Amino acid sequence: MTENSERRVVSVIVVNEASVLSRITDLFSGRGYNITSLTVAPIPDSKYSRLTIVTSGSVRVIEQITKQLHKLIPVLKVYEHADLVEKEMALIKFPIAENISDITAFCKAYNGNIVNVGENVFIAMIADEPKRVDNFLKMIKKYNPKEIVRSGAVALER
Amino acid sequence: MRISGAQMVIEALIAEGVETVFGYPGGAIMNVYDEIYKQDKFKHILTRHEQAAVHAAEGYSKASGKVGVAMITSGPGFTNAVTGLADAYMDSIPLVVISGQVPMSLIGTDAFQEIDAVGISRSCTKHNYLVTNASDLPRVLKEAFHIAASGRPGPVHVDIPKDVTAEIAEFDYSIEVDLETYKPNVKGNPRQIKKAMNAIAKAKRPLFYIGGGVINANAGYEVRELVKRTGIPAVETFMARGVLSYDDELLVGMLGMHGSYASNMAMSETDLVIGLGARFDDRVTGKLSEFAKNAGVIHVDIDPASISKLVNADYPIVGDVKNVVKEMLELSSSINSKKYEPWRETVANFAQLHPLVYHEDTDRIKPQWVVERVGELLGDDANISTDVGQHQMWTAQFYPFSRPRQFISSGGLGTMGFGFPAAMGVKAATPDKISINFTGDGSILMNCQELMTAVEQKLPVINIILNNNYLGMVRQWQTLFYDKRHSETDLSVQPDFVLLAEAFGGIGYRVTTKEEFDAALKDAIEKNIVAFIDVVVERLENVMPMVPSGGSLFNMMLLERKEK
Repeated sequence: MTENSERRVVSVIVVNEASVLSRITDLFSGRGYNITSLTVAPIPDSKYSRLTIVTSGSVRVIEQITKQLHKLIPVLKVYEHADLVEKEMALIKFPIAENISDITAFCKAYNGNIVNVGENVFIAMIADEPKRVDNFLKMIKKYNPKEIVRSGAVALER
Repeated sequence: MRISGAQMVIEALIAEGVETVFGYPGGAIMNVYDEIYKQDKFKHILTRHEQAAVHAAEGYSKASGKVGVAMITSGPGFTNAVTGLADAYMDSIPLVVISGQVPMSLIGTDAFQEIDAVGISRSCTKHNYLVTNASDLPRVLKEAFHIAASGRPGPVHVDIPKDVTAEIAEFDYSIEVDLETYKPNVKGNPRQIKKAMNAIAKAKRPLFYIGGGVINANAGYEVRELVKRTGIPAVETFMARGVLSYDDELLVGMLGMHGSYASNMAMSETDLVIGLGARFDDRVTGKLSEFAKNAGVIHVDIDPASISKLVNADYPIVGDVKNVVKEMLELSSSINSKKYEPWRETVANFAQLHPLVYHEDTDRIKPQWVVERVGELLGDDANISTDVGQHQMWTAQFYPFSRPRQFISSGGLGTMGFGFPAAMGVKAATPDKISINFTGDGSILMNCQELMTAVEQKLPVINIILNNNYLGMVRQWQTLFYDKRHSETDLSVQPDFVLLAEAFGGIGYRVTTKEEFDAALKDAIEKNIVAFIDVVVERLENVMPMVPSGGSLFNMMLLERKEK
């Protein structure tokens, strides 16, 4: 493909049934599409779940992804978002010796806080746009984070 | 009524109007086979390999237009059947394949004959189910038949653990299938159809590009009518052979890798491709960037994902091709067929320049002659299946197909071993037609065990082996693209096909002359039992013309005229 590859967020509403997640991920691997991140959880008070998939590809590939997803029998809706609010959470574990007040201040700027403090480590949480999460993680490198976990993005159309 | 899961399977098959089931029993499916034994509403045909059961169900479905049904056991029974599922998936053949599974309590324990069947079939079926409660069975089976046959058809796999087939639950098959998430769009958008018809009226060199979807949709009659009324030339894909009759003046021929020069040139010169139930497969388009380069594209397809997948459609129409073509027919008075006269002449000139021919320049029988000869002798009286390879292409090129569902072959997956079991299914579906399988000396050995099924079930398939002692198609590529290094394609050592057929109780003929061939075919038809006609043909014949893989359609390798 010579066309430009771009990052896209696709939301998929699926019937909550056995192996539905494998149907989605098999489709991506079988057809050679990328998954950058994937989150999934049931939609409250319904028989459906919502997946948020961050993927990349040319315009044609993204169109194929949405069409192929739609072809799966348990898929109700596929949204390929253009104008959206997108958030991702990250948890970061720091040694207790690091400057907790600095880190707390940074977390606040990224919709976060210190969520757990233990004998040897404390855990910070932030929730922000994936790009801003990238920035935050770059910035806090100097505080020697021991472990980082990202949730993958969730998104809603504006 | 309250019945066991196994009885539910039987009741559902009867309710669906199933007349023939192909299958092979085993441990995990025994409860169902016990109920098969007790009923007399449908016939069970015991194949000698699970792969053959699914191919036979495919042949049955393709010849009859009904959903094909196959039944197998867990583990190796299922894995043997996977090739058939994949084949049906690629060629959009409606099947319901029911497999046994180990009991629920043993799933995940690496039990005897356990394999994650739905995990394997997920990527080669339209949909699949692992049934965990007998009470789900009526709904699942009803959905399975509905999903298999509707929209873009395809195989549906239903995996049933042994304890579920023993479990008693309420059976009510009168339930409606209501799938909120699955509603295929069958009616084309009227505005799009109108726009497409306007584009056709404006075009100077339009070309119908007819695919196998037309056969699946039973739209052959409508498409013939549309071609006739508009006077627009038409090319067929391999899968669409028979949509137009071979003697239709507007049929240019088959296009693609081994299509005719005229078809491929017409596709290269057209200014408007009218795609009907075709999916722009790589074997059809050749190099995509050069395919119908200056043409607009109308694309009618039931599967939205097929539209603009490979070739951008200017006029996308999602719908059942039968409905859409009916609507096109209603608007066809706006089209003046006289306008395309110069274009028809251009196409006729292409055909004259390089007609689809072969040369009788050796003492040995030419494989193409065999196909032509069967066409002359049997024509419409036979249904024609094939295996995969050179013989398959020669059949598609040279047999005079006169109706849809006459030609049954493995197109998308290209499965060697498909032809013989498929031809058995064809015979079971259409007993009044002669069932021919054109095959090669490579392909026939994959599933030759089906001689036993054919003898036992009195399915007198006539297998015509175009025997060149080679894996001919691979040998051809080696000759052309690998500097004649014929790596592992020489099949000089082979069985005595006459004795092989006779060992199972069939009949065999070895044929080296045209007279012998005529006599063998006549005798095989009269004897009315399964036959192998082993025809010794020219060894190094190539399928021509040819678009080398990835080449442009207008850049064909053509038949060299040998001097005598």
